Amino acid sequence: MRRVYMDANATTPLLPEVMEAMRPYWMEHFGNASSIHQQGQRARTAVDHAREILAEFFGCHAAEVVFNSGGTEGDNTALFGLLHPGDHLITTSIEHSAVLAAADRLAHDGIATTKVDPLSNGLIDPMDILRAIRPETRLISVMLANNETGVVQPVEEIGKIAAQTGVFFHIDAVQGAGKVPIDVKRIGCHILTISGHKMHAPKGVGAMYVRKGTPVDPMMVGGSHERRRRAGTEAVPSIVALGKAAELAMHSLETGAMHRLAALRDRLEAGILEAIPGTGVNGELHGQIAPRAANTSNIWFDNLEGEALVIALDLKGLAVSGGSACHSGATEPSHVLMAMGLDKTRARASLRFSLLKTATDADIDYALEVVPAAVGRLRELAPELAGTAG
Amino acid sequence: MATAASNLRAQTGKLTGTIAVAMSGGVDSSTVAAMLRAEGADVIGLTLQLWDQNRLAGMPGTPAAPKAGRCCSLDDVYDARRVAETLDIPYYVVNQQERFEHDVVRPFVDEYLAGRTPIPCSLCNNHLKFDQLLRTARQIGADRIATGHYAVNEYDPARGRWILKRPADLAKDQTWFLFGLTQDQLAHTLFPLGHLNKPAVREIARESGLALADKPDSQEICFIPGGDYKQFIQNYLEEQGETVPESAGQLVTTAGQPLGRHEGIHNFTIGQRKGLGVTSHNPLYVLNIDSASRNVTVGPESELNRPSFTCHRANWIGIPALTGRLRVQARIRHSQSPAPAWIEPVTAPDGSQGVLVTFDEPQRAVTPGHSAVFYQEAEVVGGAWIV
Repeated sequence: MRRVYMDANATTPLLPEVMEAMRPYWMEHFGNASSIHQQGQRARTAVDHAREILAEFFGCHAAEVVFNSGGTEGDNTALFGLLHPGDHLITTSIEHSAVLAAADRLAHDGIATTKVDPLSNGLIDPMDILRAIRPETRLISVMLANNETGVVQPVEEIGKIAAQTGVFFHIDAVQGAGKVPIDVKRIGCHILTISGHKMHAPKGVGAMYVRKGTPVDPMMVGGSHERRRRAGTEAVPSIVALGKAAELAMHSLETGAMHRLAALRDRLEAGILEAIPGTGVNGELHGQIAPRAANTSNIWFDNLEGEALVIALDLKGLAVSGGSACHSGATEPSHVLMAMGLDKTRARASLRFSLLKTATDADIDYALEVVPAAVGRLRELAPELAGTAG
Repeated sequence: MATAASNLRAQTGKLTGTIAVAMSGGVDSSTVAAMLRAEGADVIGLTLQLWDQNRLAGMPGTPAAPKAGRCCSLDDVYDARRVAETLDIPYYVVNQQERFEHDVVRPFVDEYLAGRTPIPCSLCNNHLKFDQLLRTARQIGADRIATGHYAVNEYDPARGRWILKRPADLAKDQTWFLFGLTQDQLAHTLFPLGHLNKPAVREIARESGLALADKPDSQEICFIPGGDYKQFIQNYLEEQGETVPESAGQLVTTAGQPLGRHEGIHNFTIGQRKGLGVTSHNPLYVLNIDSASRNVTVGPESELNRPSFTCHRANWIGIPALTGRLRVQARIRHSQSPAPAWIEPVTAPDGSQGVLVTFDEPQRAVTPGHSAVFYQEAEVVGGAWIV
């Protein structure tokens, strides 16, 4: 059976160039980047090279790049490393759980959190951030692009608010990286987190921009790796891969890959809306769709159960997602869509299509063939459910 | 395995189309998946996520962390997933927590509060396992479902009906919980274990390389860790921001003589002997629970026996409808052997269409909220809920 993958916001495959770049660092150049000898120096050279690419990717100095294990570690580090008892955190209700769960834990240490809700199109209003500022506010944490809707947040405006009020600013750019150009100087953030596997590097590697002088306590202590900001032997092959992936991502952004991807996404979206009644795009306000990452479309379908649609599509060879997986692997309605004001029924009946940057016209054709057929079957078999299923 | 397979073929005919197996993570449903896979069927594994075992964790009488062997514990989902991986079949967990709470847990609590003794497994079978699961299965492209229940279903061309029969292993007979199945559900369900006994099932599991072949059976109500239903009701209502409704009243004799106070009618079930809070020379049993007066009548064991009772909301399997007197064996609890009886249509106390059941010999502890299932030898004629 043909298999088409439209779940790039969950993870992405390595690009061949990335695989090739990291390959020598498993067996041939296996050294520890902290060692004095030639093997160690070879590894150190590779990590330094990757660090310079990431510096270019972020728009910062190489000394401001910290490699780590991925998005969750980066988000956790920003919150746990900057906040102390009595501090106040401003974040949003549509953040990834790596931020929201960290905020929940900080509540036990006397760190209060204000979670700003988005508008119904998924955008955070910077004025709501400003209104939430208190004298004890120490950190604002907002994502660059939302994982469920793709909506790109007005981080530059929020950065100005942070600068004016003297508050630290962290950006979870896990979903934005590679899809939206990043320039930390223009954004005015102090910390920015990315994850390798969302941008064609391996799972288990990520990076942070940490502005020089930002007093972030390390979460991992031990050796003096990463200028004492993150202890632990550098994962050299993965870091090399992340460097190559960042280089390819910058090239893609410069050569218009996102325009091509947006055109594919728009054709998919329009095709589904046209072929299937009772559908719409999540992320609209007054008929206007908020600015989105080029690869993401989140669509609601009336009168069906999204979980069954995801399974039916998977069995037809189309990989998409809906909601978020709970501990057992079952689907919970997306907290992002609920925060945007969708009721539980519609949140449950919403699917996320997120295209790889290697997506083709034939992929879109296939989706437009199987999605209307699967939706038709589901609706036919569940007329009385009409959005009441639990 | 060869015998099991040929039995399976005898039961199901050719295994055409796609079959969704309801996988709980236990030995029975896992073996069903293995048997169907060995027969070359196109199999999909589904686990219904029905209850979050962490929900009431840490409340009084409830373990702080969920134990294995309950429905939807992480360990059971893991076991089901590992079986699916071993068999190399697609596998999905389907979230039906809201529906389970609405159709099973809440009615379970409400029935106790009304002085009746519910059977959540039958409600789950009716609403989740054979209604929602079959619908989900069809929605994702399957034609039939298969479960690990011990029961036999087959088509009788003479009557033009699908019939349900007791399984080969009567010790594992689950037909008492399955009386609510519709003709459509029976026609689209496979019970591959109906002709096997439990040791044979475990043997097939071992031969199929399933690591859980020796996993113990689960016994208690799956959403009540520890088995203390009274504590569960209290914890659940507290979680919902409600309190247990005041239902304290009198313990009385059959002559109406008061023996003392009780703290709420939901603490009692017909035939209960322990925890009555009164002392007596002869053992006393709960004979009746009156939700209106809140009187709980107690008396000697001999008075537990009832010659007849009424039930309603019947479902008929072997016959299209009950039109007159019919000779059956009636079973009023899972652990009881069917007892000879006559059934006939009657108007139930609430005005609904009911069934009057008259035993040849009076039977012990007829329990409102339970079901009465009617058999003719091995076959299930139908069943109804005791008023």
